[in-house]
Amino acid sequence: MFDTFAIASLPEADESLRSAVRDIIVRCAKGMPTDQRARSWQGFSAEFSRMLGAEGFLGLTLPEQYGGRDRGPFSRFVVVEELLCAGAPVAAHWMADRQSAPLILNYGTETQRQFYIPRICRGEALFCIGMSEPGAGSDLAGVRTRAERRDGGWLLNGQKIWTTHAVHSDYMIALVRTSGTSADRQGGLSQLIVDLKAPGVTVRPITDLTGDAHFSEVFFDNVELGEDALIGNEGEGWKQVTAELAFERSGPERIYSSVVLLDAWIRHVQSSRQIAARADVSPLVGRITAEFATLRAMSIACTARLAAGESPVLEASIVKDRGTSFEQLLPIVIGDDLAAHPDEAVSDELYRTLLYVTHIAPSFSLRGGTREILRGIIARGMGLR
Amino acid sequence: MDMIELLEPFQRMLDAIATPSEVRAVEEGGDAGPMWQEFAESGFMDALVAEEHGGAGLTLADIEPLLQAIGAQPVPLPVAETMVARALLANAGIDRPDGPILMVTGSALPVPCAAAASHALVDDGEQLHLSPMEALSPVTTGAYHSLSMRLTDTPSGEKLARPAGGLRAIAAVLRAALIAGAAERLTQMSTQFANERVQFGKPIGRQQAVQHMLAVMGEDMIACRIAAQLGLSKGLDVPMPVAAAAKITTSAAVPRIAATAHAVHGAIGISEEYDLQLLTRRLHEWRLADGSEGYWEALLGAARLASPDPTVDWVRTEIFA
Repeated sequence: MFDTFAIASLPEADESLRSAVRDIIVRCAKGMPTDQRARSWQGFSAEFSRMLGAEGFLGLTLPEQYGGRDRGPFSRFVVVEELLCAGAPVAAHWMADRQSAPLILNYGTETQRQFYIPRICRGEALFCIGMSEPGAGSDLAGVRTRAERRDGGWLLNGQKIWTTHAVHSDYMIALVRTSGTSADRQGGLSQLIVDLKAPGVTVRPITDLTGDAHFSEVFFDNVELGEDALIGNEGEGWKQVTAELAFERSGPERIYSSVVLLDAWIRHVQSSRQIAARADVSPLVGRITAEFATLRAMSIACTARLAAGESPVLEASIVKDRGTSFEQLLPIVIGDDLAAHPDEAVSDELYRTLLYVTHIAPSFSLRGGTREILRGIIARGMGLR
Repeated sequence: MDMIELLEPFQRMLDAIATPSEVRAVEEGGDAGPMWQEFAESGFMDALVAEEHGGAGLTLADIEPLLQAIGAQPVPLPVAETMVARALLANAGIDRPDGPILMVTGSALPVPCAAAASHALVDDGEQLHLSPMEALSPVTTGAYHSLSMRLTDTPSGEKLARPAGGLRAIAAVLRAALIAGAAERLTQMSTQFANERVQFGKPIGRQQAVQHMLAVMGEDMIACRIAAQLGLSKGLDVPMPVAAAAKITTSAAVPRIAATAHAVHGAIGISEEYDLQLLTRRLHEWRLADGSEGYWEALLGAARLASPDPTVDWVRTEIFA
């Protein structure tokens, strides 16, 4: 069962990227407090993303002719691992580098590739992903935002929600209905590139329970788009989105969301407890370390399927479901350990970090497809549906 | 070498000699001698022995499919242990005895498959001893149909140097591979059963609650496979953190995997005559053998806490390098 899902190792040539990435992170993120680092996915710094682009760390999997580095998924694994473990602010380039550029490469016209991809590789074209809508969260077939053909272009009306960083982005790749109704389910869906500066687009931030506003709702009121807004083929949006989600789910991202907290806690334990007193926390640290190692090996195995040119939908779902469970476990057990030692001082910075990760952790198994949807995909892959 | 080419004849042999009825016969006290004879004559027992000593010169990673197949069958003989023991003996220039060889990494807990072994390689913490089983005064535990035995006597016999991580690290990695094999077989059996067993007018596998249980089982199965492969990737000198990661992940998954397999099968899975229990009983024994998850967690955690490195660097250096 899943016979190709087997251990793989990172090529030496890709491992060697680490020190250069670290240099940039140190230059840019030095002195950032831990609770800011813990926001990594949500940390928005266009300056940092442009610096990564200039140093050649964006577009690693993309062809050189479009400004990419032609290196493949293993190099992206190494760079992403370094960025997330350091808590670097990746939000500005995150969606474009991971999803939008590969999507445009695979399905876009030559003109679209030449227009968008080089700018993405420089960290200059920032993308958000318009999938969710009110009434259609994980059930993307329920999308109702509609684009109608009009005078050699498209007229777009509707609303997207839970769109990460729409406020700061230049473009959205939106999944919209171009024919039929939501009763047609997957039929009649297409993907359009929307310039978020276009007249008729309104973006409203949504403040979350941590006080951040990385989500937005986006309204389209008679937005006029050119013919070239369409990516790929009209009516094949579902197929394209499925492939795109494999990119979204298959990276190492789904292990590291709480790792800044983990390392801060380990440092706390090391500095607060006598070596003998650490014995009671050792099994917990060992359990976490083993799970981290196993997940990392699973994620590299999944990356190997990407490197082999496959679209590892199943493997990615398995790593994402197990990975987000690990990310969600950490704030629970770390909170328990800290409060199980009520006479041991915890810094405000560590306390803020713990509460931030605790409060945002439910989103880990929502973004990119909920846990329950992923388990349905896995069950189908096992022949159960 | 293409490992599938290696696996196919090995699997054919298992299918011929380690059928569920043969496994039951051995568990009920029958003679395991004829089954062992087939293994001994197959040549596979010297897979890890260096070519200059007449073996195939393969690595632990190479024979991972074989180890998983042994776990999936499940073979009532210490076959995996014998393969490793024969390699260690050959490396030490010691004559290899003909029978199944157990690996004994402690005297406090019973050792699986001990009832079928003729010799044991015993780690006393300083060196290894090759001892005939009788010399160790093996005592059965009385657990139903268990081949585990407690081995308490001081080992004697020929001495050889311990591998760097001790025998327990290699033994733990072998257990991890056996668990991974059984986990895969149980996942297949449970999925197939869920697609066939009709309740409330449809196969139970059509129920979302059952689908999600089996999806989590599938995740555990993959995690066990990959953790075992990680453990087997370092050869016979297994560093502690590598053995720990492999055994913690697989041992911790055992209760979940066994519980889901039984939950999906319902009452029939508990019955003696149904093959499911051959695997789930064995899984729980392997979980306890050579250190449970708790044993290895304490060791791994202490080593981790002794280092100032960030987690990813520590894991990369100590487990992946």
